[in-house]
Amino acid sequence: MARYIEAVSTVEPVREAWALPRAARALLLFCRRKPLGALGGILVLVMLIMALGAPWIAHYVYDESVPGARMKAPSAQFWMGTDNLSRDMWSRVVYGARVSVTVGFITIALSTLIAMTVGVSSAYIGGAYDMAVQRIVDAWMSFPYLVIILSLMAVLGPGLLNLILSLSVLVSASSARVIRGAALSVMENPYIESARAMGTGHLRIVLRHVVPNVMATAIIVATIGLGGVILAESSLSFLGLGVPPPQPSWGAMLAGSGRSYMQRAPWMAIFPGLAISLAVFGFNMLGDALRDVLDPRLRGTGTGPAR
Amino acid sequence: MLRRYLLKRLVVAIPSLVIASLIVFTLPRLLPGDAVQLMMEEKAYGKDVDDLRHKLGLDRPIYIQYFAWVGNILRGDLGESLWTKRTVAEELGMRLPITLLLGGLAICFAIIIAIPIGVLSAVRADTMRDYVARSAAIVGLSVPSFWIATLVIVLPAIWWGWTPHLGFTEFSKSPVAHVLQFLLPALILGIASAAGVMRLTRAMLLEVLRQDYVRTAWAKGLREGVVVLKHSLKNALIPVVTILGIQLAQIFSGTVIIESIFQLPGMGRFLFDAINQRDYPVIQGINLLVVSIIVMMNLLVDLLYAVLDPRIRYS
Repeated sequence: MARYIEAVSTVEPVREAWALPRAARALLLFCRRKPLGALGGILVLVMLIMALGAPWIAHYVYDESVPGARMKAPSAQFWMGTDNLSRDMWSRVVYGARVSVTVGFITIALSTLIAMTVGVSSAYIGGAYDMAVQRIVDAWMSFPYLVIILSLMAVLGPGLLNLILSLSVLVSASSARVIRGAALSVMENPYIESARAMGTGHLRIVLRHVVPNVMATAIIVATIGLGGVILAESSLSFLGLGVPPPQPSWGAMLAGSGRSYMQRAPWMAIFPGLAISLAVFGFNMLGDALRDVLDPRLRGTGTGPAR
Repeated sequence: MLRRYLLKRLVVAIPSLVIASLIVFTLPRLLPGDAVQLMMEEKAYGKDVDDLRHKLGLDRPIYIQYFAWVGNILRGDLGESLWTKRTVAEELGMRLPITLLLGGLAICFAIIIAIPIGVLSAVRADTMRDYVARSAAIVGLSVPSFWIATLVIVLPAIWWGWTPHLGFTEFSKSPVAHVLQFLLPALILGIASAAGVMRLTRAMLLEVLRQDYVRTAWAKGLREGVVVLKHSLKNALIPVVTILGIQLAQIFSGTVIIESIFQLPGMGRFLFDAINQRDYPVIQGINLLVVSIIVMMNLLVDLLYAVLDPRIRYS
């Protein structure tokens, strides 16, 4: 045993030294093989930078009215023009990324956690429990997504937290289905059988052997799901049941009182929608490319909008 | 064999429906007590809290409520709208045809757009045309329908001073205008589904084109059109039929937004209004109807699948 540890420790520094170039090389290879995926990655990165650096990137605060600048066309001062309340559209679009990123990432983190628990337990325990869980997932998935969320939001009331909760419950159903499938195939492996033969406890098998091997699938499903969540958030905000004002959300910017002014100030309609489309496009492209590279078996097992 | 398969599918569909009905039933019952109070104060439904609870059937033990509710549904009684005081069944009867027409047209548009492009993309796989088609499909999945709808209303007004007509024309007033008013909203609704259908068509056709019998067809010297359209496409389209069931759920989600923008008095807009007015019997009724339609359509799609592909029945 001691010799084994020694052997590993002599190898370790060498691997450490190679770690960074290897990651960089893998990234380069990904960019060359999947140029559209890399484009998606760049779009996602831009969105993250906009969300994190909003106070520095935006020219004004999102709800600040600029005196005498009502419905001005795009110019050097107002890159995306101004709206009917004299607010700078560029600043609002930049701050809007915050809502999308917050809702998107928290929802996906939460739903992946739920989907992991449900999917892996369903695959591991099997039998009647699996049957029952899968029937519930079936029923849940046969609801149109907007109907569930609208109904949930009607019961819970609008607000950021409620929005995140209802979206994550919704997304977790279809992710749970895919993760269950992945977990089932992982459990076919001989190392699970040998772990069991060694008397390893159930919890340990699940946490140490099943979960890490399902991770790649979970990450792919999450990336593709992110685009869908951002689309759903903007749809709900458009309907007035998403993030309440004054927080600027891309969906809400296309709705409400501004709609009657859009024919005179089309930039009010163009830029928020463009921001949603580019963000969702970025996540879809990145997710697709990740799936092709990491796990080609998943091709055609559509979850979320990217099918 | 087909009959046994039919029976098996029916037996599986029933628990799905029961669970769906439980979800529909439970949602309004998650209402905390003060929400009932709020409904009464805001919307003046009922005389007092107890009266409203009685109307919503919240004053009886939960299992009795469920069975009574299911019993009423089986007799066609979905309750009464708190807002319009008409029966939910009557309200839904007026609106269902509009949404069915809109959704049906959207599916048709999706198929007309998606299948030719999917076929072309698969036949010319990994060429420039294929890349363009695939990227366009992802764009189609990424662009929100409410944005396209907004642009369709805003941009022509600026360019040509023309706007698509918003509002609803009855069939009895002008049958042509009645049908025409659905075309634009249906096309916008169909775009997202078209993207999904196109991607699946391409993937499935590529798989079929690799098979031996297709190589035989080529070897016989058949023309490309015959090999692709007659020999391959038929088999490739079988899985495409199944996702049309899933697309249906998505299209209904879309109608909530599109009907609101184009001011069509269908089920989607009715649901949205009911949610804003906290009209729970209506919300419950719509949810149940929509889920039942979707479960039924999925069943139908599965049966169609078995008829189209004899291999399914034996597995």
